[in-house]
Amino acid sequence: MTSRVGVVTFPGSLDDKDAARAIRIAGGLAVPLWHADADLHSVDAIVLPGGFSYGDYLRCGAIAKFAPVMEKLVDAANGGMPILGICNGFQILTESHLLPGALTRNDHLHFICRDQKLRIENNTSAWTGDFEIGQEILIPLKNGEGGYVADEKTLDELEAEGRVIARYLDLNPNGSRRDIAGITNARGNVVGIMPHPEHAVEKLTGPTTDGLGFFTSLLKSLVNDGAISV
Amino acid sequence: MSIDTVTAASATPDTAQPFAELGLKADEYQSIREILDRRPTSSELAMYSVMWSEHCSYKSSKVHLRQFGDKVPKNDSMLVGIGENAGVVDIGHGWAVTFKVESHNHPSYVEPYQGAATGIGGIVRDIISMGARPVAVMDPLRFGDPENPDTRRVLTGIVSGIGGYGNCLGLPNIGGEIVFDPSYQGNPLVNALCVGTMKHKDIHLAKASGIGNAVILYGARTGGDGIGGVSILASETFDADGPAKRPSVQVGDPFMEKLLIECTLEVLHAGLVEGIQDLGGAGISCATSELASNGEGGMHVWLDRVLLRDSTLSPEEILMSESQERMCAVVEPSKIDAFMAVCKKWDVEAVVIGEVNNSGRLTVEWHGEEIVNVPPRSVAHDGPVYERPYARPDWMDVRQASGPENLKRPTTAAEVRQTWLTMTGTPNLASKTWVTSQFDRYVMGNTILAQPEDSGMIRVDEETGLGVAISTDCNARFAALDPYAGAQLAFAESYRNVAATGAVPLAVTNCLNFGSPEDPAVMWQFERAVTGLADACLELGTPVTGGNVSFYNQTGDVAIHPTPVIGVLGVIDDVERRTPMAWKKNGELIYLLGTTRDELAGSEWAHAIHKHLGGLPPVLDLSAERTLAEILVAGSRDGFFSAAHDVSDGGIAQTLVEMAMRSGIGARVAVPAELDAFVFLWSESATRAVVVVSPGRNDEFLAMCAAKSFPVAEIGVVASSSNSVELNGVFGETISLEISELRAISEATLPRLFG
Amino acid sequence: MATVVVNVALKPEILDPQGRAVSGALGRLGLTGITDVRQGKQFVLTLDGEVDSAKQTEIEKIAETLLSNPVIEDFTIEIYP
Repeated sequence: MTSRVGVVTFPGSLDDKDAARAIRIAGGLAVPLWHADADLHSVDAIVLPGGFSYGDYLRCGAIAKFAPVMEKLVDAANGGMPILGICNGFQILTESHLLPGALTRNDHLHFICRDQKLRIENNTSAWTGDFEIGQEILIPLKNGEGGYVADEKTLDELEAEGRVIARYLDLNPNGSRRDIAGITNARGNVVGIMPHPEHAVEKLTGPTTDGLGFFTSLLKSLVNDGAISV
Repeated sequence: MSIDTVTAASATPDTAQPFAELGLKADEYQSIREILDRRPTSSELAMYSVMWSEHCSYKSSKVHLRQFGDKVPKNDSMLVGIGENAGVVDIGHGWAVTFKVESHNHPSYVEPYQGAATGIGGIVRDIISMGARPVAVMDPLRFGDPENPDTRRVLTGIVSGIGGYGNCLGLPNIGGEIVFDPSYQGNPLVNALCVGTMKHKDIHLAKASGIGNAVILYGARTGGDGIGGVSILASETFDADGPAKRPSVQVGDPFMEKLLIECTLEVLHAGLVEGIQDLGGAGISCATSELASNGEGGMHVWLDRVLLRDSTLSPEEILMSESQERMCAVVEPSKIDAFMAVCKKWDVEAVVIGEVNNSGRLTVEWHGEEIVNVPPRSVAHDGPVYERPYARPDWMDVRQASGPENLKRPTTAAEVRQTWLTMTGTPNLASKTWVTSQFDRYVMGNTILAQPEDSGMIRVDEETGLGVAISTDCNARFAALDPYAGAQLAFAESYRNVAATGAVPLAVTNCLNFGSPEDPAVMWQFERAVTGLADACLELGTPVTGGNVSFYNQTGDVAIHPTPVIGVLGVIDDVERRTPMAWKKNGELIYLLGTTRDELAGSEWAHAIHKHLGGLPPVLDLSAERTLAEILVAGSRDGFFSAAHDVSDGGIAQTLVEMAMRSGIGARVAVPAELDAFVFLWSESATRAVVVVSPGRNDEFLAMCAAKSFPVAEIGVVASSSNSVELNGVFGETISLEISELRAISEATLPRLFG
Repeated sequence: MATVVVNVALKPEILDPQGRAVSGALGRLGLTGITDVRQGKQFVLTLDGEVDSAKQTEIEKIAETLLSNPVIEDFTIEIYP
């Protein structure tokens, strides 16, 4: 049986179809979830995609956190369901307090779209099992509000617990503290990442296919956790 | 204040009306009186004033634009021709593509961010009103002197606006141009192109048909944005003191537009709509009169039902408002509920404001009183048509006679090397990454090629790999030297750029940016450019599917260079075999296709080094251009090109620098024996490309060139052990430029000027 | 009828690149003596009736959960009349 991976669409979500494509290519079944529908439709994992949900009005991800689907998602996350928040999705996860810290305006004030080198630093989360620690990957980054911030205590905790899953290399594109590109929660099921793995899954359209690892990792972790039987 | 009704207008023929303040000439006002057989009401006057403005009615350009229809080449791919919101081209496998480029020049000088943002909003709505999903945008941009502080104000605002709006809509930005010339100082050009895809069965036209059908206005509420924008902004020039005139510029909301796109595509695919029109210049006046003209011929509108953001607006203002993110749909009564349900799902407000009838009139009532009763065609289509006088100005003789022959050229290897470094960093040739990295190129996951590649390429069908490629080009300096030739050269460059990536050129759009049509010299430039483009399109078999004219781009008496921006769209059956511009492997041979002549008039070298503009532009042989395109497409189709790049601004020097920087590995090149090194590097002769042939395929390639009698010369070889571009035969010496040095120079310019 | 003004500002330790950009612009315009600029947001809410203590608690909750992100922002509330 194929794993069911939900992709939430909010008004203004943009990379939902790309997330669905990545799931398909990795071998999963992408299940569209509508923001106003408080029903997770028996999915095994969920992706909160990139975009400008609600136009980024008020604050990025601030309005999305009140959508009907989110209450169910937060419960599922607290129960161990794997959740991946990409870019705007990461912003929604911090606004929902499923992950610590916040994402702020890029320090140089411009939107930036570039192919970004990252170093993977955690391969025990549900979404990074297929990578080696220290592995360097190249995936697209595109954001205007991607600066990760948290107080020193939180940052130290993240480092000490090995919860930084990816760090920017060569260039810090947005002023993120400690060059943090992505983090995970203590349990390792909720991951937030600023760059876009779903845009690096096909040689034709991405700088590499390094992003596929996030999705193959997830599918393997679902099998290993006995969530579904193959 | 009492409302000026039709009845009141009939009874008071001598009431003075402010037609001049609204931008209408006395004879135009008289025409309106004759059409209506009475004086117009103030609402009718408002409608005619916006719809008959230059921007909406094309009154000065129609007589010339007719050529695109008269000289249309026989072409089986045109599904919808000129006249609709955008042309539609069949690309095979049941897919169709629509594309168009539009201008938003004057608003972008007044308020750069919003001017550029709403320019994208407008062109995207044109595309969805054809029934297509927008899949990419491109931005041909032109600014004044890069060192002038006002250029910074304009450029940074425009770039932020394009990014702010386009990124939020989720449309990848796959190309465009950034050109600097003092000619655009007070008149930046912001042209916006959008391309959309659909299945044949989804094509929708803007017509109101079906008596009794409802006319529904949906999207953002109507406010006081841009009132009189079209008549005041686009149809008058600025005075020399700058943007003193500051009427209400339209303000865009990209989130609303994103909702509008999804809502519109859903109602279209669910078959809930008979006709659809976007609201752009002239707002409700335009949408209702155009829909009515194209359908059964009649419509009644209840203007007081329009949802307002500002309840103090008068009916005249509502009719003229250019509030953004609004669309108009014609819906059968039985489908209204379903239509409204889709709008509710997307949180888009919608209201029935009218009904289709066969009265042959467009009537508008305001709280029960009739305030408009006009024949819709008179507003939307049968506006004034001017035959503006045009004449070749005498100063063209002087301009064409003062060629670049006496400009000092480099005569030693050291001078050539230094010139090459300087040219690499000159603003027109420098890397545009600082700008383009502010745009999302990845969203939707179908971008195959984007800037700095020759053309932007989008995959249309994920199953078959079917794709389209688009390029926009214009060398306005060539057009200034000879507008007929300049327009043809612009078209040829765009055509060549599409072929260079392996796509077959199919159709053309254009954005014709000129000065005041009241100046016979400008009008002559316009007539020549349109004729040149029409003739070239006929010869190469690619029809013009639609486009845009922007007049009045001048400050005081000084017009911009004639700038006919030409967009060409091509199709590729499998994006997998596209030809990118970066060479790959050590030992691959580099060839120059085409003939290089001593043609430096209007070149970037003459402009950047000597600030010189004079002489005649490069010669153009359209049938040779066709042959070159055939070679470029065949090489891609048969897989023997590892890379290709056209030769244009900055000549072969720039082509080589761009290919080297893109690939990161070096090459050893030699100046052909019969050419002078300077001419080889910086001539801008047309119909040339540099190609790199995959190992083992050289004989095949050369045989094809011979069979087509097309000139080709081997000029170099890729050398991966080298990190330089090395050139032999430079006044007896070899010069070498490190790629890292070239990159540092190229990438420093824009951040230094605008960062 | 009452008006409530909620001012939201980034916490002092959070980098404010927009404030910094404004500060730079002031300098370029020749204004001296301005040593710092912080950029914030203001929400103006119009309410029916008056603001009793129950309403005030409600507004504080809204300010804390929607209008501001307490991880990085602080807020103040002013009530008129």
